[in-house]
Order: sequence, then structure tokens, then C-alpha cells
Amino acid sequence: MSTSTQPTGALARFAPSAARRRRDMLARRVVLAATVLALVPLVLILYYLVHKGIGAWSPSFFTSDPTGNTFFGGSKIGGVKSAILGTIEMVALAAAISIPIGIGVAVWLVEYGRDSWFAHTVRFFIDVMTGVPSIVFGLFVYIVLIVGTGSSYAGYKGSIALALLMLPIVTRSAEVVLLLVPNGLRESALALGAPRWRVIGRVVLPTALPGMLTGMLLAVARAAGETAPLLFTAAAANATTLNLGAFMNSLPVQIYNDITKPTSAVVERAWGAALTLVLMILILNMVARLLARRNRLA
Amino acid sequence: MTLTPDPGSKVAEMDPEGRPEVSRSEAASADALAADQRTRITGEAPAPSASEAGGEGAASPAVQVEGLRAYYGDSMQLKGIDIEFRANEVTAIIGPSGCGKSTLIRCINRMHEEIPGARAEGRVLLEGSDVYDPSVDVVAVRRAIGMVFQKPNPFPTMSVFDNVAAGLRLTARRRENLDHKVEQALRGAGLWEEVSDRLGQPGIGLSGGQQQRLCIARSLAVGPEVILMDEPCSALDPIATLKIEELIAELKQRVTIVIVTHNMQQAARVADRTAFMLSGELVEVGPTETIFTKPTDSRTEEYVTGKFG
Amino acid sequence: MEAASLTSGERGLLTRSPLARLPDRALKWGLTALAALILGLIGYFFIRLIGQARPAFAKEGVFGFIFGNDWNPEAGHFGALPLVVGTLITSALALLMGVPVAVATALFTTELCPTRARGPLTVLVELLAAVPSVVYGLWGIFFLAPKLKGPEQWVADRLSFIPFIGGGAVTIPNYFIAGLVLAIMILPIVSAISREVMATVPFDQKEAALGLGATRWEMIRIAVLPYCRSGIVGGAMLGLGRAIGETIAITILIGDATKLGNHLFNQGYSLAAVIANEFGEAEATHRSALFAAGLVLFLLTLVVNVIARVIVKRTARGRYRGPTAGVGQEGGGVLLVDAAAGV
Repeated sequence: MSTSTQPTGALARFAPSAARRRRDMLARRVVLAATVLALVPLVLILYYLVHKGIGAWSPSFFTSDPTGNTFFGGSKIGGVKSAILGTIEMVALAAAISIPIGIGVAVWLVEYGRDSWFAHTVRFFIDVMTGVPSIVFGLFVYIVLIVGTGSSYAGYKGSIALALLMLPIVTRSAEVVLLLVPNGLRESALALGAPRWRVIGRVVLPTALPGMLTGMLLAVARAAGETAPLLFTAAAANATTLNLGAFMNSLPVQIYNDITKPTSAVVERAWGAALTLVLMILILNMVARLLARRNRLA
Repeated sequence: MTLTPDPGSKVAEMDPEGRPEVSRSEAASADALAADQRTRITGEAPAPSASEAGGEGAASPAVQVEGLRAYYGDSMQLKGIDIEFRANEVTAIIGPSGCGKSTLIRCINRMHEEIPGARAEGRVLLEGSDVYDPSVDVVAVRRAIGMVFQKPNPFPTMSVFDNVAAGLRLTARRRENLDHKVEQALRGAGLWEEVSDRLGQPGIGLSGGQQQRLCIARSLAVGPEVILMDEPCSALDPIATLKIEELIAELKQRVTIVIVTHNMQQAARVADRTAFMLSGELVEVGPTETIFTKPTDSRTEEYVTGKFG
Repeated sequence: MEAASLTSGERGLLTRSPLARLPDRALKWGLTALAALILGLIGYFFIRLIGQARPAFAKEGVFGFIFGNDWNPEAGHFGALPLVVGTLITSALALLMGVPVAVATALFTTELCPTRARGPLTVLVELLAAVPSVVYGLWGIFFLAPKLKGPEQWVADRLSFIPFIGGGAVTIPNYFIAGLVLAIMILPIVSAISREVMATVPFDQKEAALGLGATRWEMIRIAVLPYCRSGIVGGAMLGLGRAIGETIAITILIGDATKLGNHLFNQGYSLAAVIANEFGEAEATHRSALFAAGLVLFLLTLVVNVIARVIVKRTARGRYRGPTAGVGQEGGGVLLVDAAAGV
């Protein structure tokens, strides 16, 4: 059968018009272009961060505190040690607060509340909490813990603001994972005569834990990057301190403050701090993602 | 005439009369073209098709499948199929689950390749033109060869009218009035009486049987040569099934129909010719009555008498 | 397990001692109290916030506050209109620029991209959500804004006949650049939700379109986009909520003009920015006004987020799939982005 001479033969009259083919081609190209466009900022940001931030990295960058002196350049301005440590301290405390509470609420939602109207209400408000601007959390802590008690800024107050921010994230992800635990597992444990609290503690939670770890890490990554809640709760400080009751520095706040300073060396320090922060967050994200892939319950 | 392809060889065997396959196809395709022209113009069925063994059928193939192999990834699902579907006839494809009948018809309108990792090799000739030829746009193939699926799938966001017009709108000029064509298609699908007063309502608001006829109307509207039906009645109740079977009998005057069915009684009712498939191979094909009463292959006989499947 | 405790002697086979029941009870009521605490917390916060904001509302009146066009702390006059408008304009810009790109990216990932590239592409887009807000501000003000100043001036000059687009000098912090960076920031969340909705389009819809002889784009137009419309809208609204609530990046990029800017490339102000900028040194009425701004901001995001979630939940077709995200690969993806992007 010769098909090369009249390739479309009987099919010719069904062939799509040039206009349709053009539209298809155009649409594909536009969509591809938009996708590339979406990725351009990512590349630019990462490139710029490395390009400008690496220059600021030096041993003293990591080992000395900012001196608070922002008018003279060079070594007089100090590094960001207190910022790094402050971030770690405050985020750790925030995690210690929000993770148990978040998991607790999630357990209640899945094991006890389930479909009740009360559970729906709680779930709804937790969802709502995820949309609250982070500065509003800072305001809240300010109202309650600073105005309310008449005391001043403190690291732990910043932690509380961060914990409020983390809470809905931890709760939601924990709930999703708990829902994935097969009901059969619960039922067989209950059928053996175990009381509910044992089933939850010994069967459900351990099964869900790896999955919940992902959500926890993401919440931590998110909290580490937040500036606004810390602005009027922990404020800023220069010296490293392990006392969470005192003013405490943090990377985001340090960066934020440095941005507006006139000296280029300070701005460079901001880039260095930004690179450090982004690196920390990216590592947390990657670990969270890896865990998610390995521990899929379904 | 039955075709019994030997899976081991790439060339179909000579038929019992000794006529070589190839020349028959060449002659036949010219006939098919002419026959179809006649059909379209007059709306009449051509001379009765499906001859008994020994006679050369007056009907000619609308679709010819040659050496079709289909793969899902590395596993071969169709192992070399040669079959022809005659113009303005209904050909049924029967066989147990997994024998490849759905895969076969999906290869005819090149829907098979939409599944990730799936591919097909071989030739499928629509009135002599190979749909797998690289110069052919797959869009054209699907317009020429329509498909009705197992589960009725009208577009949920569209009205009855828009559903039928969907295919038309792809090629219609901007302000063209499609009312007439939509009505024709709906009449052709035996649905006009029932929906003429609710053309603006959502397509999914119809009953199952009506939805399937809506899908048939939708396919008819674009004027295909062939309509492939993949177990179109399996999700429907008996009354709706009956309506569609009656519809098929009418439709074959306008288009060639290939219907996959797991229901042998249905094949017996609607089909002029029936093909039996097993494990990716075509076992036997012939006039429906012959297949069901005097099958040549023992496997066919076992299947139609219910010994397996 | 506790089989032995079932046969605790005197009490008979089927009862447990009150002591043994205690942990269960404690857990149940403890957790219930915790859940109730959350609700109480939110309510408490509302009340306190309103309390702190009251003096400002008393001074200006609620309408006077929201619609007054002069934010003048020194003079003790607090009209928040420039702030509200600034918030809305930048958010609208973010939507305008971000949603089409996000939807196109989602479309590419689900329909047009080779299967093997889908995962990596998804991860890349979601990485945008991992960049902290302050870094966006940093990058925006030191890299993007200067680079775009020239083109912005060009546009401002060429299109000055359109009101609000041109007609003046371009300042480095301005509405446009803030909106642009916000658009980048909401890309991941809108894209993730769009992607998830597109992945749920039933294959038989797409088959039906293809079977009619539709090109790939026509198939998307007929079968995919109409199906996904409300889901995409929901995702866009979540993006809007995110844009409205964004604080630091916008503070850095919008400037601190206390009056409404004249055109797109002028400085402006926003609700979040004013709080971030002025809170440190504010006293009495000023501070109260800032709380009032916070309240307005909170209510705005509340309304937008609630509407968004209702829309998104409805497109999940009634199946309870957990908060906004489904379970499984795609759902996990959305969850990751949700968490990181803070929506």
C-alpha cells in the first residue's frame, strides 16, 4: 500500500486547520514561557544571595556579635553570631511549645472530636489561623505579655509569637497524617482490650510520628524565617545571650535592621545573614521533603 | 471468509480460496471509497454485506488493521492483529476480560497512545490511508474515527446543546449557527424528541442512557466515517441498552461501527460480523451467525458456548 | 497490652477500676480542653485587640479612620485610607501578575510536561515558598527595584495618559515593585492548589475531548479549565489572603508615604507596613491607631481566607480531605507549600 504519495488521503478533509495548529502551538509556548518566568526569580534570588552573601562570610562573621556600630565599615561592625544563636534558641522554644500542643489538638480532632460540630469549629478556626498575618501574632503577644504585664521585650515572648504561628501548621499536618493511620490498626489494638490512651500512645502516635516529623520541620523552617512577630516581642539585641528572658537577636530581625543602614559593609552583612538563613531553611525543607517521601503511610 | 492470522508470521496467510490478501485490499479500498461516497449522498445502505464463506463480499473495508502490535511499556498487549472492518457494517469484538479488545479499538483512533508509556506499531488503514503515518495529524484521525466510551462522559460544565456542539465548535466559523447540525446529530442519536425542550440544561442532568446517546450525538456531529464503541451499554440498564442497540442498527447506514462487548447476546443482536479475541490475538472473525453457530476454531466454540470467559 | 486488667478479681470480668479508667478520661478531657483553649485564645485575642484599638476609633470614628486620607501621627490625625488602599492595590497587583503565571505553571506541570520532569519542576516552584519574607524584601530593594527603575520610568512616561500609571518620577520603593514581589511570593500557593485541582480532572473528560479530535490546547480549554475554574479561584483567593497579610517584604518595598501615592510607581504605604515601621516609637493614640490598623488587617485577611477555604473545600466535592489538602502525593505537596507559605 503506498502511503507516501498521498499521506493523508481519506484523512485530508479531517485535518486540523492551520489556525487550530497555530493556536495549539502558541498556547503551548505561552504556557512554557510562563513556567520559565516563574522559575526565573528563584534562580535570580539564589544566585544573588550566593553572589553577595558569600563575600560577607568569614570566620568572624560567625563568631562575633554585631557591635551595633553601623557607621564604620569593615571589622568594626561585627558578625551575626547572636542572631544565629538567637534564632536557634527562640525557634527551639517555639517548637517545644507548639509541637506538643499542636499534636495534642490534632489527636483530639482525629480520635475524639471527629465529626462533631465542635471539632468542625475548631478545625475551621485553625484553618483561619494559618491566614493570620504574622505581624498580628506579634501584636497579640505584645498586648498580652508586654502591655498586660508591664514588662519588656524578651526572647521567650518572641518564641510565643512564633509558636502561635507554628501551631496551625503543626496541627494541620499532624491531623492529615493521623487520618492516614489505618483504622484497622486502632481497631485491632482496641479489640485486644487496650484502653484508648494506650492505643493512641503506643499504636497510633508511633505510626504517625515519621509523617508528622515532616510537618514539624516545615513549621520550624517557617518560624525561622519570620521577622514581623519578633519586631516588638523579642526586639533586637546585639549581645549573645542564653537568657530567653532578655532581649534577643535573631537572623530575620538582624537582616531587617541592616537593610536600612547606609554603610555598604552593613548591607553586605545583611546578605551574608540572608544566605545563612536561607541555607538553614532550605536544609530543613529538604530534610522534611525527604522524610515525607520515605514515610508515606498510604 | 475468515482470517486466521498466524501470530508467528508477519504476513497473513492466504485465505482458503487462494486469493492473496494484498491485492484484495487494494481493490477493496477503491470500492470502499466509492461505496462510502454513495452512502453519504444517498443515505442508503450499500448492497448487503457479509457473505457466507466462499463468496467475495460486496462490502469493502472501511478500516483495515495490519500487523498491529500494542505495548504498555515493555509488555505486549496485542500480538499482531490483522482484521478488516467493512463499511457500513457493525462488527463486534468479543472475548474474555483482558484479551485486548479495548486496546484494539483504541489503537484504531490512536487513543491508546494517550496512556503514558503506551505505544502501538503496525498499520491501520482508513480507506487506504495509514493513520499511523508520521505525516498524519492525530487530530484528524480522531475526527474521522469517533469514539463512545464505556461510561457516559458528557462534559459536566456544558449544556446538552453545548455538549453536542463541542466538537463542531472546534472547526466552526465564529458566528456560524450550529442549531441545525446539533438537531441533526441529536435526531441521529434518537435523542431529539427527549431533549428538544431542554437543550440549555446541563448534560449531566440526563439519565444514564440519555447521556450515552448524548455522547453518541456528540460524536456523530463531527461527521466521522467510523464510530468505535467500547462496551457502550455496560453501565446502562436493559431498556437503555435496547434503545442504543436499535440506534446502532440505524446508524450503520451512515457510519461504520465497531463495537466491543462482553455480552455475546448483544453481539448476536447487533453485529453483522463478529471477531473473537483471546490473549492479545485475533482468533477468528466472520459473519455473526457463523461465529456463534459454526465457529471454525475450537477456542471460539468454547467461548461462545460458555465454557470459559 | 492490658488483658490482665480485664480480670481484676472482685469487680468481675467486664469492668475496670475507676483508677484504670483515669488515664483515658484525663486524656480525653485534657485534649478537649486544649481544643477549647484554642478557640478561647482566638476570641480573647479579638477582644483585646478591639480594646486596644478603641481609642483610635473613638477619636476618628470607624469610618473616619478607614476612609480618612491622611495618616499623620505628628498631628494626631489618623486616616488609614492610604494604608488600606496601599494594601489593596499591592494585593491586586500581586493577583494580576501572579495568578496567570501560577495557573500556567500548574497547567504545564500537569498537562504538558514530560512525566519525569514533573517532580523536580514541582519542587522548584515550591522552593519559592521557602524563601523568607525578609529575604524577598532584601532582594527586591537591592536587586530588582534598581534593575526595573529604568523600564518603570519608560512605562510611566509612555503611558502617562492612563491615570495612575504614569506622569511622574519613579521612586525606588513603589506600589508596582511591591506588587511584583508579592506576585512572586504567592506563586507557589496558587500554583500548588491549581495543580492539585487539575490533577483531579477525570481522565474520561479528557478522553472525551481528545476523542472528538481536539488538539491538546483545545482539550485543556474544553475539559480541564472549566472543571478547575472554582478550584483555581479558591487558590487565587488564598493567594490574595497571603498577599494582604504579608508584612516585611511589603514594608521594605512600598515606602512610607503618608498620603496616597499619585501613580503606580510612587511610594505608598500599607496596613502591615505602618505597624512594622511605626510601632516601635508610637505612644498612646498613635499606638492605638496602629492597633486599629492591625484589626482592619486581621479582618481583611479573615474574610478573604474564609471565602477562599469555602470555595476550595466545595471543589473537593464533599469528601472530607482534611484541611485544604488531600492526602497522598499531591495533597502532601499542597500541605508543604501551605505550611511554608503560611497560608
